[in-house]
Amino acid sequence: MAALDQDPVISVRGATATLGARPVLRGVDLTVHRGEVVALLGANGSGKSTAVRSVIGQVPLTGGRIELFGTEQKRFRDWARVGYVPQRTTAASGVPATIREVVSSGRLSRRRFGWLTKADKAAVEAAIDLVGLTDRAKDSVSALSGGQHQRVLIARALASEPELLIMDEPMAGVDLASQEILAATLREQVAGGTSVLLVLHELGPLEPLIDRAVVLREGCVVHDGPPPEAVGQHALPGHDHVHPHAAGEPLRTGLLT
Amino acid sequence: MEMLDLAFMQRALLAAVLVGITAPAVGIYLVQRRQALMGDGIGHVAMTGVGLGFLLNSSPVWMATIVAVVGSVAMELIRAYGKTRGDLALALLFYGGMAGGVLLINLSPTGSNANLSSYLFGSLSTVSSEDITAIAILAAFVVLVTVGLRRQLFAVSQDEEFARVTGLPVRALNLLIAVTAAVTVTVAMRVVGLLLVSALMVVPVAAAQQLSKSFRTTFVLAVATGITVTLAGTATSYYQDVPPGATIVLYAIGVFVLLTLLATPLAKRRARATEAEADAGTDGCGAPLPATRRPTDDVKV
Ligand SMILES: Nc1ncnc2c1ncn2[C@@H]1O[C@H](COP(=O)(O)OP(=O)(O)O)[C@@H](O)[C@H]1O
Ligand SMILES: [Mg+2]
Repeated sequence: MAALDQDPVISVRGATATLGARPVLRGVDLTVHRGEVVALLGANGSGKSTAVRSVIGQVPLTGGRIELFGTEQKRFRDWARVGYVPQRTTAASGVPATIREVVSSGRLSRRRFGWLTKADKAAVEAAIDLVGLTDRAKDSVSALSGGQHQRVLIARALASEPELLIMDEPMAGVDLASQEILAATLREQVAGGTSVLLVLHELGPLEPLIDRAVVLREGCVVHDGPPPEAVGQHALPGHDHVHPHAAGEPLRTGLLT
Repeated sequence: MEMLDLAFMQRALLAAVLVGITAPAVGIYLVQRRQALMGDGIGHVAMTGVGLGFLLNSSPVWMATIVAVVGSVAMELIRAYGKTRGDLALALLFYGGMAGGVLLINLSPTGSNANLSSYLFGSLSTVSSEDITAIAILAAFVVLVTVGLRRQLFAVSQDEEFARVTGLPVRALNLLIAVTAAVTVTVAMRVVGLLLVSALMVVPVAAAQQLSKSFRTTFVLAVATGITVTLAGTATSYYQDVPPGATIVLYAIGVFVLLTLLATPLAKRRARATEAEADAGTDGCGAPLPATRRPTDDVKV
């Protein structure tokens, strides 16, 4: 994965965007090369989600340009090559849906209309298996924990067998078991050559996978290079995380060993 | 079964079945999008179409269809592009539609309030054979869309942003849902009446959800409920001389209550079955937790 091609899969140059009357992106440069895993870090409200959503064309830019796989984003049509995992919201849909039904919609980018073929169905099952939810495929997504729900969203993105994964805070509110499964899933994808852009609040268990980190602060890139090692979350500007374990309090692992 | 010998009852029952299929078939997408009351809004707007039909001496069903389609497209555009206070724009549309209908029907030489009330509350004896032709054509369109495009409509209604990223024509699909809902309102208008159309779109779906875990089962159960209550309501209306619309809706609510009562013991049985399965496996509560790094995300939930 260190062998980086020169053709970037994502190329953002001088992107500016405004939400409401507020400038949210103020000249962002962001590149993801083929096979690379790039983490987008920054405090809440620094514009990470906006940056990612502008890459997939959901936030209009007021300036700058974006290319996906070398094509100008406005003219990009090959959406099957991109798997998108949105920032999870707690807003449930109004009608029950099973894990398999939700993951199947990820296949729409490969088969927009017409019946699902055997290969489509196999890809859906494979994606569900990748996130370890095969035995729950027939369950309603509303019956899942936050971490399991996040795994469903990732399986939905994987169902199209994408070359590029774009994930917005895939680890937020995810329980430990799910974090491990997600890290393993991602490792497998990266080993298979998938490029990844992921928004993280902190590096956490994904740290060993990450080739490069881009740090945003108030809509500007303040760091682009190796992940801010060892310092981790505490090095991030505007860090406002309430620490779960104050000094002196034993860790959970400490109790078990 | 003497009612089956009467031509007007044959028409009424046929219309009832078509309504029982189409209303929940569209309603499920509206409920999924959390626009359960959209049918109600379209019903109000359609009144202007009925009034226009009387005034221009043309078919109220087709006129209502045209006006309802225009109104629902306007509602969708307000939803998609509207800035703040889209709800006020919708309110203007609803009440303007209703007032327009009442005014137009009173202006027309043939229309009367009695006529209007058959459109508002539904009526068995007034379903003409032209109505049946119109209803059958419109119902075919609704079924084609809601069943044929179910994967696409499901995705758009479940997560609009994700659907856009798959490259689906989301704007067109949103408009299609709006137009299909409008068509359904006019299909149902003759039997259930404009004021109760929305109930038949929403209540069978709400009832079906009590038992189902999947979208597919919800769809099938909702349509089955729809057909059952429209047929039962129409028959009751014939024998007891009560308005069909109100009877149908009350039956639907009855089914909802019944399925809700059934759901609790059923959920308990399922939970017990799952528990038994888990006990048979290895991962009961006694299994040790994997000793890995500490959870960093505890506090954010
Ligand atoms: N729809 C919106 N309208 C106006 N402001 C918004 C909107 N969405 C986000 N913002 C603002 O834009 C800024 C960046 O948001 P976001 O990109 O979601 O940040 P992050 O993902 O880094 O937490 C925040 O200050 C937020 O309040
Ligand atoms: Mg965000």
